[in-house]
Amino acid sequence: MSGFILRRILASIPVLLVVAVAVFMLLRLTPGDPASVIAGDNATVEQLARIRDQLGLDKPFHRQFAEWILRLLEGDFGTSIISGTPVMRLIADRIEPTLSLALSTITLSVLIAVPLGALAAARQGSLLDRTVIALCIIGFSVPVFVIAYGLIQIFAVQLRWLPVQGFRSISLGIWPFAERLIMPTLALTFLYMALIARMTRTSVLEVLGEDFVRTARAKGITEAAVFLRHALRNAAVPIVTIIGIGFALLISGVVVTESVFNLPGIGRLTIDAVLARDYPVVQAVILLSSLLYVVINLAIDVIYVALDPRIRY
Amino acid sequence: MSKVHLHLVEPRRLRMLRVLPGLMRAPLVALSGLVLAVILGAALLASWLAPHDPGLLDPVMRLRPASADHPLGTDSYGRDLLSRVLHGARVSLAIGVGTTIVAVAVGLAVGLIAGFFRRLDAVVMRVVDGLMAIPNVLLAITIVTLSGASLWTVIIAITIPEVPRVIRLVRSVVLSVREEHYVEAAIALGSPLRRILWRHVLPNSFAPLIVQGSYVCASAILTEAVLSFLGAGINPVTPSWGNIMADGRGFFRLRPELIFWPGLCVSLTILSINILGDALRDTLDPRLIKRGGER
Repeated sequence: MSGFILRRILASIPVLLVVAVAVFMLLRLTPGDPASVIAGDNATVEQLARIRDQLGLDKPFHRQFAEWILRLLEGDFGTSIISGTPVMRLIADRIEPTLSLALSTITLSVLIAVPLGALAAARQGSLLDRTVIALCIIGFSVPVFVIAYGLIQIFAVQLRWLPVQGFRSISLGIWPFAERLIMPTLALTFLYMALIARMTRTSVLEVLGEDFVRTARAKGITEAAVFLRHALRNAAVPIVTIIGIGFALLISGVVVTESVFNLPGIGRLTIDAVLARDYPVVQAVILLSSLLYVVINLAIDVIYVALDPRIRY
Repeated sequence: MSKVHLHLVEPRRLRMLRVLPGLMRAPLVALSGLVLAVILGAALLASWLAPHDPGLLDPVMRLRPASADHPLGTDSYGRDLLSRVLHGARVSLAIGVGTTIVAVAVGLAVGLIAGFFRRLDAVVMRVVDGLMAIPNVLLAITIVTLSGASLWTVIIAITIPEVPRVIRLVRSVVLSVREEHYVEAAIALGSPLRRILWRHVLPNSFAPLIVQGSYVCASAILTEAVLSFLGAGINPVTPSWGNIMADGRGFFRLRPELIFWPGLCVSLTILSINILGDALRDTLDPRLIKRGGER
């Protein structure tokens, strides 16, 4: 057990290293002088020198990389070129909207998608099943921002039930916080739900075809018990896995959703940084989100082994 | 040997051709095909179909509603929306097709190598895992901003996050084909690697690659729309559905159609490609491709 966990942790180190190298190379492989790419066309000589110095661009490649990794390991993710603030501070200031949106989306998606996918599988070929399949394909196909603007048009512009955009901290009251989070969550849920519902349907269908389900039915257990105790439980592993894998998709979705609804979260921070060529910020966000992705998937793998005695790696 | 190969390989290729008319009999699939044909037509004939020059500025005619002269109205620079949407089809399809070709070609080559050479495999798969851990929109948007927003940069930026999925798919096909008795026999008989890849692995990769290719195409069009919408896509001088919407963002309350029409086009296009892809998958090989987690 602990041997597995150790091996699994060790196995994620090369993955993180690849991410680090990719992020490092992105800027350095760009044609032209990285400093002037960041500083833009109107940069002064002093600005260029400052950026070169800050990124260590005058040192040899491997030295730059080694020093950068060491700083990362110390928790120093760099300083914003535009504002001069440490990137970790910027991220900490922006975490609330992003975390609220991500958590509410995951919760709502799971609450809707798992029952929906399971019911669709239980009634394979029914109208419900076909509706779920259709919803999934639509969820994959319609860009999040198109859904977002559809929601704004209906709920904010025509019905005037919800504010168009913006964010209020939860410390200023639950309702002002919640009413501004409803539409972003719904928009993003549509995408994430499609992923989970599809996986739930597939894996439940697969389990329903297994021998032990037939045995359970033959024993005369009610269909509901067969479904809950045998099918759903055994389908849980792939469903939880897809929630972890879908995390990368969720981050991309968060970036877009925050932009549409003007939520001052990490997504907005990233886009603003990208457009202002504030590379240290972009770099830190990519690194941290990939790290989070790897850690979440690691945690999921470890939890399985702890919960399911059949899984042995 | 050649006779044996013929039996193993030919039916698969024939089946590919035979399924197409059958697929079109399902109404939804046929409709998707029709939608794509219309959009392809719009892209090819945009110069003739468009009532105006998509780049023609007309400050007097800013943000007008639909009229006889401008069937879908005008944007914030007084440009004709219908003409821009028609021309936008070109960018989306070019990106979709371009990305698919590059991603499939690179993914196929790397996947074949990774599947056959175990030492390289470990390295390649770590790189693939690493790239898949980076959210694709963030990766693409960074590449575009760093290297400039030309059509090719955007294609490359969108392709890089797509390639790992193709590599994984091809590798899994190679690994399963390697276990087949006829491949073991071919290896034992001393067939050169080139011949094994060409005769056995490639034909087996064909069906799943076409299906995966359709998903890559849909995903590429989606990513381009997102990039342009966020202001990091193709230069706004060339209209794309994404940057038309990006342009309309500030005027959404006044003219929601600036988002609605390009949004409808991009959604319908991706939807049709996905429906065709799913139909192809169900017909060609229901076991080989798992969609879940691939996006």
